[in-house]
Amino acid sequence: MATPLTDKKKQVVLTGNSAVAYAMKQIDPDVCAAYPITPSTAIMEEFSSYYADGKVSTELVTVESEHSAMSACVGAAAAGARVMTATSSQGLALMWEVLYIASGMRLPVVMAVVNRALSAPINIHCDHSDSMGARDSGWIQIYSETVQEAYDNLFQAVRIAEDHRVLTPAMVCLDGFITSHAIENLTLIEDGDVKDFVGEFEPKQSLLDTGHPITMGAMTLPEYYIDFKYEQSKAIRGAKEVVIEVGREFGERFGREYGLMECYRLDDADVAIVVLSSAAGTTKVAVDRLRDQGKKVGLLRPRLYRPFPHEEIASALMGVKAVCVLDRADSMSGFGGPLFTDVRSALYGRDSAPKVIGRIFGLGGRDYKVEDAEAVFDELYNVLETGEAGKLTGYITI
Amino acid sequence: MATLKELSAREELFSGGHRLCAGCGIPPIMRLLLRSAGAPVVATTATGCLEVGTTIYPYTSWRISWIHSAFENSAATISGIESAYRSLKKKGKIAADKDIKFLALGGDGGTYDIGFQALSGALERGHDFLYVCYDNGAYMNTGIQRSSATPLGSATTTSPAGSAHPGKGQWRKDLTRIVVAHNIPYAAQASPHNWRDLAKKAEKAFNTEGPTFLNVVSPCPLGWYSKPELSIETAKLAVDTCYWPLYEVEDGILKVNYKPREKKPIEEWLKLQGRFKHLFKEENRWLLEETQKRIDSEWERLLEMDGKRVF
Ligand SMILES: Cc1ncc(C[n+]2csc(CCOP(=O)(O)OP(=O)(O)O)c2C)c(N)n1
Repeated sequence: MATPLTDKKKQVVLTGNSAVAYAMKQIDPDVCAAYPITPSTAIMEEFSSYYADGKVSTELVTVESEHSAMSACVGAAAAGARVMTATSSQGLALMWEVLYIASGMRLPVVMAVVNRALSAPINIHCDHSDSMGARDSGWIQIYSETVQEAYDNLFQAVRIAEDHRVLTPAMVCLDGFITSHAIENLTLIEDGDVKDFVGEFEPKQSLLDTGHPITMGAMTLPEYYIDFKYEQSKAIRGAKEVVIEVGREFGERFGREYGLMECYRLDDADVAIVVLSSAAGTTKVAVDRLRDQGKKVGLLRPRLYRPFPHEEIASALMGVKAVCVLDRADSMSGFGGPLFTDVRSALYGRDSAPKVIGRIFGLGGRDYKVEDAEAVFDELYNVLETGEAGKLTGYITI
Repeated sequence: MATLKELSAREELFSGGHRLCAGCGIPPIMRLLLRSAGAPVVATTATGCLEVGTTIYPYTSWRISWIHSAFENSAATISGIESAYRSLKKKGKIAADKDIKFLALGGDGGTYDIGFQALSGALERGHDFLYVCYDNGAYMNTGIQRSSATPLGSATTTSPAGSAHPGKGQWRKDLTRIVVAHNIPYAAQASPHNWRDLAKKAEKAFNTEGPTFLNVVSPCPLGWYSKPELSIETAKLAVDTCYWPLYEVEDGILKVNYKPREKKPIEEWLKLQGRFKHLFKEENRWLLEETQKRIDSEWERLLEMDGKRVF
């Protein structure tokens, strides 16, 4: 249970899962359909307690699988409801088919994804293989470094997804165990302020508007299919501007502004690491240590990964000479991990772009320590000194 | 129960011009269903002939709110829609006096097989909806592959009648019985040839609170290798041979709705359909006998339960 240790400023200590469940309680969605899986289970357990105690007016649909969870979310959203769910790993994998249906039908479902490795071998710990497998599903993906951020991102995701310029489902990702089960300090937002911020969902159309019957999910042949996809693609790419707008408004209201990415001591950096989510925290410690030694190192942490803000990320890295992109997922025989491929191709063709290498780390919860980040920086200095990128892709901490 | 005259005077909610085959059993089932609801209907349909045949964009046969999501999730989709309805009603976003009926549709593949889990889950959770399976005995949309509803010995493209294996080797799954085992308030089997029975059951199901289920036999000339102009007669023979008994289970009480005066031999139904042609070869006659035996014993079992409490 979320037991906020409230002081006047709403400072509390909560786990990532509790913070997400609490945010969901405050959002009070119309429908929530979900199925348990480690490490996101506690989100639904706590939300179920809010439901049991009458603290939410949500219809809770305790489905028999994640496939049905996402299917029920699709049905409910098509019926004009604000819909939320949460999952991890195998659960997200089981939803995969329906993820595309949610985005293709432009249904603004919001889902917390507590990142966990995929089987086999089975493993319950953090990596990003699950959400990376869904990166082309047409969902917005926002990655959170901390509990505070996961909490804040959820409110913003509702606004972004439901914006009529966007109407696209959104995932808020947080690292399994590292963030979901870690207790951190965070500042809560007042219930009333949450309500003001997220507002009411105003669907463009609804199945329940029986006076205006609509057909959704029709068979669509080559004469039209690609046009639907073109419109969808435009909408999700356009979400970037809305992410910026909403992040700015959030900052104005609550004092914590969010953008497309976080640049940490990057301005004058010679070498930099690009990494998502909680590993950025570890990397920052390494950056500070090396900075103390006079080394110009920095970090770029994408917050928005889908749509991929390629121009902004490339521009932010243009002053850097060598970059290592750390992926917590392997594309298994592709050219490096997914984030590496995206960052490298964003930089490709730019004059005097930095050298970019990619390393896979942290699969299945393998520790990523400050020393590991330092070792990566060492390698980057080696690239700088030799002028050669050397081994472009590989693993660390093996 | 509405009379035929009343039913025919009601608005046509399933328009013509769709691409379902001549002689397909689905359209008469749908037209009757939608006329029997007596209130606005919101429906979802699993991937299959019905979905493909009625919605090729930008056309639609549906004059009601309708959604298709995927093959195996018709019951899960309707769960979400119905939950949204309850939620929005509770929050006053939908008028308190507004009544909507929720209908999930699927073929036998989408119901007996791939959508079975979602169906079971939705029944157990007790959503207020009617699930209708149109059972044409195979995956017709993808070219007549066997399903767990395919009759024993039937030739399909994945159970062809070969010299080593004469068609499907297994007896069909008795889905209606499995659905009944969920202890839902109403479940029944029906056939499009008996419009009165079908309409009555649909009306009952729509007006029963909680999950309800209809399993409706649906002739498929293409997959059954039967004559399109004989579809309704073929459906009638399925019932008169007791291959497809018309019965219902209402609040736990089983009732056989139709007992043929003279139970016809199964061969009469089988011989109308090319999918069973090979069964009439001498070496396969044992399959005919086996089929007749199973039908006799299941019909007997049903008669024994007639009027009795089954859960
Ligand atoms: C997950 C998934 N697997 C397979 C298919 C391919 N598929 C589409 S319709 C269908 C068969 C449908 O059979 P049935 O439910 O009996 O309905 P009918 O075609 O007879 O109307 C299949 C196999 C699919 N769409 N989705």
